[in-house]
Amino acid sequence: MTEKYFGKPIKRLEDKFMLTGNVKYVDDIEVPGQLHAAFLRSDYAHARILKIDASEALKRPGVVAVYTADDFGDFWKPGPLQVPPPTAIPGSQFNARTLVPIAKDKIRYSGEVLAVVIAESRYIAEDAFDDIIVDVDPLPAVVDLEKGWENTSVLVHDDLPSNMAALVKQEVGNYEEAKKNADVVISKRMLIEHVAAAAMENRGFIASWDERNQEMTIWAGTQSPLTIRGSVSRALGLAESQIHVITPYIGGGFGPKVMTSLADDVLLPWISKQLKRPIKWIEDRRENFLATTSERDQVHHCEIALKKDGTILGFKDVFYHNTGAYDSYGMTVPLNTQTHTISNYRIPNFYSEIRMVFTNQMVVTPVRGAGRSEGIFAMERMVDFAAKELGISPIELRKKNLLRVDELPLNTGVIGQDFVVNILDSGDYLGNYEKCLEVIDYEKFRKEIQPKARKEGKRVGIGVVAFTEGTAVGPYEGCRITVSTSGKVTMTSGYSTQGQAHQTVFAQIIADQLNVKIEDVRVITGDTNQFAWGAGTFASRGAALVGAATYLAAQKVRAKIFSTASKKLEVPEDELELCEGSVCVKGQPETTIPLGTLAALANPMRGVVEPGVEPGLEATAYYGPPHGSTGCGAMGVIVSIDEETCKPVIERMVMVDDCGTMINPLIVDGQLQGGISMGIGNTLYERLVYDENGQLVTASFMDYLMPLATDMPKKLDIVHNHAESSLKVNPLGIKGVGEAGAIPPGPAIVQALEDAFQDTKLEILESNLSPSQIYEYLKKA
Amino acid sequence: MKPVNFDYYAPSSVDEALDTLAELGYDGKVLAGGQSLIAAMNFRMARPSALVDLNNVPELSYVKPTEDGGLAIGTMTRVFDVEHSAEVIKRFPLLIEVSKYIAHPQIRRRGTFGGAIAHADPAGQLPSISVLMNMQALIKSKGEERWVDGQDLIIGPFMTVIEPHEMLAELVLKPWPARTGSNYVQVSRQSGGYAQSAVASIVTLDENERCKDARMVLMSVGEVPILSQKAGEILVGNAPTREAIEEVAELAVTTEIDPATDLHATADYRRSITRVLVVRSLTEAVERAKRGG
Amino acid sequence: MSNKLFPITVTVNGVEYKREVEARLLLSDFLRHDLGLLGTHVGCEHGICGACTILFDGGAVRSCLIFAVQANGHEIRTVESLGTPENLHPLQQSFHEKHALQCGFCTPGFLMTLVPFLEENPHPSDDEIREAIDGNICRCTGYEKIVEAVQDAAAKNSQAK
Repeated sequence: MTEKYFGKPIKRLEDKFMLTGNVKYVDDIEVPGQLHAAFLRSDYAHARILKIDASEALKRPGVVAVYTADDFGDFWKPGPLQVPPPTAIPGSQFNARTLVPIAKDKIRYSGEVLAVVIAESRYIAEDAFDDIIVDVDPLPAVVDLEKGWENTSVLVHDDLPSNMAALVKQEVGNYEEAKKNADVVISKRMLIEHVAAAAMENRGFIASWDERNQEMTIWAGTQSPLTIRGSVSRALGLAESQIHVITPYIGGGFGPKVMTSLADDVLLPWISKQLKRPIKWIEDRRENFLATTSERDQVHHCEIALKKDGTILGFKDVFYHNTGAYDSYGMTVPLNTQTHTISNYRIPNFYSEIRMVFTNQMVVTPVRGAGRSEGIFAMERMVDFAAKELGISPIELRKKNLLRVDELPLNTGVIGQDFVVNILDSGDYLGNYEKCLEVIDYEKFRKEIQPKARKEGKRVGIGVVAFTEGTAVGPYEGCRITVSTSGKVTMTSGYSTQGQAHQTVFAQIIADQLNVKIEDVRVITGDTNQFAWGAGTFASRGAALVGAATYLAAQKVRAKIFSTASKKLEVPEDELELCEGSVCVKGQPETTIPLGTLAALANPMRGVVEPGVEPGLEATAYYGPPHGSTGCGAMGVIVSIDEETCKPVIERMVMVDDCGTMINPLIVDGQLQGGISMGIGNTLYERLVYDENGQLVTASFMDYLMPLATDMPKKLDIVHNHAESSLKVNPLGIKGVGEAGAIPPGPAIVQALEDAFQDTKLEILESNLSPSQIYEYLKKA
Repeated sequence: MKPVNFDYYAPSSVDEALDTLAELGYDGKVLAGGQSLIAAMNFRMARPSALVDLNNVPELSYVKPTEDGGLAIGTMTRVFDVEHSAEVIKRFPLLIEVSKYIAHPQIRRRGTFGGAIAHADPAGQLPSISVLMNMQALIKSKGEERWVDGQDLIIGPFMTVIEPHEMLAELVLKPWPARTGSNYVQVSRQSGGYAQSAVASIVTLDENERCKDARMVLMSVGEVPILSQKAGEILVGNAPTREAIEEVAELAVTTEIDPATDLHATADYRRSITRVLVVRSLTEAVERAKRGG
Repeated sequence: MSNKLFPITVTVNGVEYKREVEARLLLSDFLRHDLGLLGTHVGCEHGICGACTILFDGGAVRSCLIFAVQANGHEIRTVESLGTPENLHPLQQSFHEKHALQCGFCTPGFLMTLVPFLEENPHPSDDEIREAIDGNICRCTGYEKIVEAVQDAAAKNSQAK
């Protein structure tokens, strides 16, 4: 194939429309006759509902309807289990308690919907909240994970004997036996704090029932349009063909927009059908904090067993994971944690136990990093503690235990989020790490920079960690490619787009395969009337899975192009080649036939295609991998810190990444830089804080601190270090890269902070640090 | 997040504004830059029943030199315009220094000098500076006006002596003597964010580099800006040595402040950084005073 | 409280509009839903994220912290006043070339902050650019490529002169 586009830093096709305000996000859609919905949300995290009286609200001018749970009759029921339970893991226990669309009888988290107001404007709908009388009996809230697990006196779900959502144990080898042979065993308890995805665009949903055509059109800012189509179809008893879900442009996803069975996607289609009016709901920032899913929030009890020479014999991790008030999204996050904890190092004996806890908080689902960050944090921290205990440099200890090229592929024996055993398929883990040491110039820092700074009374520290990123999991994605009679090419897929440049990268693959101008390729994502199969946008799987499907479909179209041209020109296929936008005969450049002409001919009735052959220069292909592909890399960071104010500054950061083949390096770098900013934010700024009553006290950008431009590293280098083996993982050798950047900053920064105070006993046991917390840690050190 | 409705008045003169405020009494609230008020209204935490918008009163927006060499600043002067005023730069470099810490550029474009002071946010920079500089506040109401010392203006968090029928019309800044240096320092988690502690100081030296006057305000470590007495007590009449400044810091932190623990900082941390900031601020103010201000 | 409508005359991107608005209508909502200028985005409605930044009499401000009624008699510019897809503004062109946008939601706010910034500071340092955009949050890019794009636009602008 000619590679005019593939692998090149092609500038995005979508940009010029986005830059000029010429694309539509969900709030930009105005449906004639639309009404506005607003959700009255609970101020209490846990309470019994005694009475909700909305009758006064109906009297307010401009209010069209008000609904409480009772008004939905039989339609009210707990939603589907969006992700299945871990039945593939022997002995696992899972208590499915799925999200209810609106609270009935009991409130289980602050922000849970109590009433839906439909009004002529959002302003009026919010006014009507004042008219609704809510009478509740408040209950103590389950907030603390460990206490919630032990204590059965306060139950999130009264019909369960405890707050256990799940208990999953996975063991490889025999940790307790291995421990007996260890020279050193270290145990620590560590916290991984709760963070928000905080996409700049909040969620939004419009449901528009067309009574005449008996069709529902939905515009949703979602990462999973097909899931919504399926669930609306089931809930309303409609054929899927009656439901058309469109994802317009989306202002960032980062995970939570994959969640469905929320008040909007369940109740608004029903209300639209009742009122026969389009209903629009645009989430505001406060709602996004309160009632859109979020992630992290784990407590790890880790133990590492080593020989004196630094050989790791085994690792044990019993961790509590907050699932929130419901567990509709299964166990994706904690299973990712479980697989990633032992994804870097040679760990012959591993015991990991997930204790998933129901709490009086909004549901937890993946956020960029999605469990991986937590597992890597836990392991990297424990390696640091072991290094200190053994008196070995953390660098040497890592180099000793990192998996070697010839040890891969490695079956870790741990079942992951895709319910198959995790395979570390490819990469050069040690090579990545050494590359990182080299680029950040570790030796120079240790021998020159740090001693010099200490002499000047300044504190600087370095941290270098390794990480993996499980990506490209199944089940599958697909697409259809069609050449129009105009010669323009269209690709449609069930995938949806939140800024990942799909319109460009998939076009790059097609333009090369069909030898057309990239501007002549149109990529449509997330429209269920265009393509109706696929799982959704998550887990860094677009480039790998949709990319592979695109390549396979393009191959099929290419074959059709040649067979059609061969018949028309009466020239054997092997004497034909693709010239830009047409087929020509080798050696006779004047004999050409445009692709558009061939598209018109590819028709059994009037063209050259035999009856029985599928018409059109069109093909559909699907790709589903047997298991995911594991991206890998290393991160180094140099931090300076003002000892008096404890304010850290990231002076330098180096990220080495192996994501296999890059379709477009510009886009890959953008993904990594964005992920890094989130990782830095998670470590030094962002934190969702719930008080003892389950109230979110950080429900605005005034208290939830987003990383800003001045918070970024003073110097950031990204190094691509793609191992040979990584380039063979799937048809195009692509691993995902969406989450990589968010994973290593936490352990790297924390290691560097401890290094800056290596003359003290500073020991950091959590993933998020304000200067005040650093100060409190230093007091203890 | 949409505000509740309200009655809206857009007077075009001070007199008309005062008439409207007099008529509305407790129902009326002045809308200046709105950069705090409208955000609170969007959350529906603030629900004023009537707003008197001063943005159409051009006579409230000015920076004018006074006869004694100071400045009079109209309440509706945008923070941006104060920050970029040649008159301010010449006389009160402290205001320039502090401005860049006030939220972000877009907020300073719209937010007003007087509005920020009258809002009396305990974490706001300008209320603290108004106390430190003892800016003379001209408070007007229908047919009346009164002057209040800046250090008496703020009586609690988000509370001032300004009554609902009154408005803050002007702030007068008295000139600084020769050999006066000033400084503002803060610790905040991010640029433009709330400070966990901040210290501003103004020091005047005599010909022998002894301290003639020393004022210092401590911010975000109590419910209101705290005007330190210790700086004056210890430094005035003496050479502002490192030891003397450290003594001020020690006494200020142990006797004058009452910091709280919140999401972003423990009380202990606040004490610790306040001590550091007092030393840094006074040291720098003294240095600047030595250089002539 | 009154639901009174106030007549206003506003010039937006050089076009004079006469409308009647409720006092509480936010300028951001007015621009988007009354005038259909959808390029101004709403991200937080409390003045932190910067997605709704517009030029009000030439200065970059948050349109979510101004009531539409307050725009009466004033001149506003939104992202729609910069370039068109066929003819991008130089800063938009630099954003395109440097991959300074991903989901694009925050981008109009960055552009409206940076256009006057570059007029006042034609040769900014990286640190000055970072300070200038600290009132705009981007969740996708990590800001690296935005800073590069601003430098690119500044360099091209001085070459052109």
